[in-house]
Amino acid sequence: MAEITVRVNGTEHSLIVDTRLSLLDLLRERLGLTGSKKGCDHGQCGACTVLIDGRRSNACLALAVTCDGLDVTTVEGLGDGDGGLHPLQAAFIEHDAFQCGYCTPGQLCSAAGMLTEPGPSAVTEDLMEDPPLTPAEIRERMSGNLCRCGAYVNIVTAIEGVRR
Amino acid sequence: MRPFEYARALDGPDAVARFRPGTMYLGGGTNLVDLMRLGVAEPDHLVDVSRLPFDRVEASDGGLRIGAAVRNSDLAAHPLVRERYPMLARALLAGASGQVRNMATVAGNLLQRTRCPYFQDVTKACNKRVPGSGCPAIPGDHRNHAIIGHSEACVAVHPSDMAVALAALEARVHVTGPDGDRVVPIPGLHRLPGTEPHRDTVLEPGELITTVELPSPPAGSSQYRKVRERASFAFALVSVAAVLDVGGDGTVRGCRLALGGVAHVPWRAERAERALLGAPATEEEFVRAADAELDQARPLPRNGYKVPLSRNLIVRTLRELTP
Ligand SMILES: Cc1cc2nc3c(=O)[nH]c(=O)nc-3n(C[C@H](O)[C@H](O)[C@H](O)COP(=O)(O)OP(=O)(O)OC[C@H]3O[C@@H](n4cnc5c(N)ncnc54)[C@H](O)[C@@H]3O)c2cc1C
Ligand code: SF4
Ligand code: FES
Ligand code: FES
Repeated sequence: MAEITVRVNGTEHSLIVDTRLSLLDLLRERLGLTGSKKGCDHGQCGACTVLIDGRRSNACLALAVTCDGLDVTTVEGLGDGDGGLHPLQAAFIEHDAFQCGYCTPGQLCSAAGMLTEPGPSAVTEDLMEDPPLTPAEIRERMSGNLCRCGAYVNIVTAIEGVRR
Repeated sequence: MRPFEYARALDGPDAVARFRPGTMYLGGGTNLVDLMRLGVAEPDHLVDVSRLPFDRVEASDGGLRIGAAVRNSDLAAHPLVRERYPMLARALLAGASGQVRNMATVAGNLLQRTRCPYFQDVTKACNKRVPGSGCPAIPGDHRNHAIIGHSEACVAVHPSDMAVALAALEARVHVTGPDGDRVVPIPGLHRLPGTEPHRDTVLEPGELITTVELPSPPAGSSQYRKVRERASFAFALVSVAAVLDVGGDGTVRGCRLALGGVAHVPWRAERAERALLGAPATEEEFVRAADAELDQARPLPRNGYKVPLSRNLIVRTLRELTP
């Protein structure tokens, strides 16, 4: 057991946790934030993606104890706090970027983090540039988020509409 | 998962002082937490080294010093890496996903364990996990396994992309441990399986990686190429890190080649390098050099494809680097 303090979507929580608890289980089971999903529990699907100190991360691979003192944003905290949607959420609705919706919270958090990440990707020609987010760039940068419904085409269009 | 105690180290000496049998260091956790969940790793005590002050990338003596806790994404995006070690940036960007790269540390990447499916499945035998229990990959599924340097005890491959680039760049790994500090070169950190496949590297228990040092970049142009089963977010079937320096007369002045996905270590292709030195930079010579290396390949019944794949990848990459 360990005592930790984490800020989740702006609210501070002090908790006693089993050291084995993942951040994902902490969010879902202890804090009732069931937006973040468990697809694989191995870092392979991206359904659990949240922002830890602003950086997109797989909550299933983060032990809750390691998040002591850190700031976590889940899909529930992406919007403006007054019930208003994050531009990405609005774009996902507008472009019909999901079917079952299971991967969507992870796609949204991943895209939100991705839009703030500097530098090239594996498909960038010139490593020295921060390339424009073309569909090819978006696909590569979002490859850590799988969608079993295959809504990829509309996910890319939705993100393209928001950019950085 | 077996219960364990957790502590966050304050600095290198504190981490080492906290080490005792049953302790494991925790970096980003992207490999270790997964292996703990699978029951493959069962530490009693985790010492978190991910927030140690080894988090900087600095120029030094014409080279670069990279802190062990620098995240893979930060290293790939670092201006000095992009400008002076583009092959390293490419190798990092070719690995895992944006999320995993944000969490993964440099030291953890080097020490990540094989993705052999039997190693990850505690209901199966595996000499790497349980010494002496056997290697079911040899008669079983070994499509993604080694073609070079393997033993009768283990045919697993090292999964890291970054380590392949570091082998070509001749990185030096700074280590501190219960018996003091030392420097271990890459290649040299990872070991061939031999009769002790449970030992991935030459590090001793309690040794902590603090810094990875790169010498000044080798002359010539460089590239990292990776072949995988899907366009992104998959481990290498085969990869190559190549540096080629061609003189004004069209002959090879310098060459470095390292292969990923073919061996228990990032495989430095020294025979191919020797075959190329002084030779004309032509496709014929590239094929000859690749064959000189791959002559020693001993593919298993179901991974023979890796031999022509490696040859073609070496040749294509060298051709691309030829002015
Ligand atoms: C879905 C998925 C896909 C992936 N795809 C790729 C890929 O395509 N290419 C690729 O190269 N990698 C890939 N990876 C692997 C990833 O790169 C590694 O998991 C990561 O680099 C490990 O770093 P970490 O900091 O999370 O290590 P951890 O999991 O924290 O630790 C790994 C090992 O290193 C030890 N360790 C950590 N820090 C130190 C230190 N300072 N000193 C001594 N020992 C230490 C730990 O004890 C542990 O044994 C993938 C991973 C996942 C989950
Ligand atoms: S190849 Fe190595 S890791 Fe895989 S089952 Fe055999 S001994 Fe284990
Ligand atoms: S649940 Fe975390 S990546 Fe699949
Ligand atoms: S919308 Fe169903 S998994 Fe993506």
